[in-house]
Amino acid sequence: MGGYAAYVWSSYAIALVVLVANVMVPIIQRRKLLARLARRQRRERRQP
Amino acid sequence: MLRFFHQLGSPKHFYRIAGSWIPWLAAACAVLMLYGLYQGMVVAPTDYQQGDSYRIMFIHVPSAWMSLFIYVVMAAAGAIGLIWHMKLAEVIAISSAPIGASFTFLALITGSIWGKPMWGTWWVWDARLTSELILLFLYLGVMALYGAIDDKRTAARATAILAIVGVVNIPIIHYSVEWWNTLHQGPTVTKFGAPSIDIRMLIPLLVMAVAFKLFYVLVVLMRARLEVLERERNARWVRELVEAS
Repeated sequence: MGGYAAYVWSSYAIALVVLVANVMVPIIQRRKLLARLARRQRRERRQP
Repeated sequence: MLRFFHQLGSPKHFYRIAGSWIPWLAAACAVLMLYGLYQGMVVAPTDYQQGDSYRIMFIHVPSAWMSLFIYVVMAAAGAIGLIWHMKLAEVIAISSAPIGASFTFLALITGSIWGKPMWGTWWVWDARLTSELILLFLYLGVMALYGAIDDKRTAARATAILAIVGVVNIPIIHYSVEWWNTLHQGPTVTKFGAPSIDIRMLIPLLVMAVAFKLFYVLVVLMRARLEVLERERNARWVRELVEAS
């Protein structure tokens, strides 16, 4: 990389982290949302 | 075809259709990114002026393009939501903001990392850099405003207006390198006539640009599905889906 390895690889590493985070956040949020909605529906069934 | 678009307007069908696209988009995006990475890191030759540091461009330039593209999509979707009260457009608009902010951040940070060895500084208050930084703040403002208002439809209207006003920044970013004497270099790909770039460098750049675009579609659909679930939580199909999970 002709002396630029640290600059090039750190750029690619940051890009990788940002892209992976973008995919992970909705996956985690989806799990949380479904759990929250399930709790809500159970609560509603118990006291109609 | 008309039926397809009509169905897409219904939250239930959107949720189903988007869900069926996601695995294909993810696969296509992964393949393109790996191919672009191979082309960019192995096949593309070293630049005669910038050495290997220019390889940062393969993520910097597509990120910067996406930061503008996503903003325009967000503002257009916001406007459609505002004018025709189309819920799905509101959802697409607000789901775009965090992705746009991510690409803007990437464009800024990779540009900064490239700037250190090439310009000798991490940052200058150059017109291109400053207007791109304002773009980041616009995205963050849209996200903060949406989060600050409880009623989702009111929040969507308010954020759409903010997004539309912010569009004024887009041509400023694009033309900044021509209007002002910036340290940031001018365009090499989109200028008139043949691009002044080696074909082996152009291929990974364009492959990465397409891959990033697919990535945006992938993540915006994932986010939009969540937003639809949350908004439609009282609809029967969501209740059944929650029961089944």
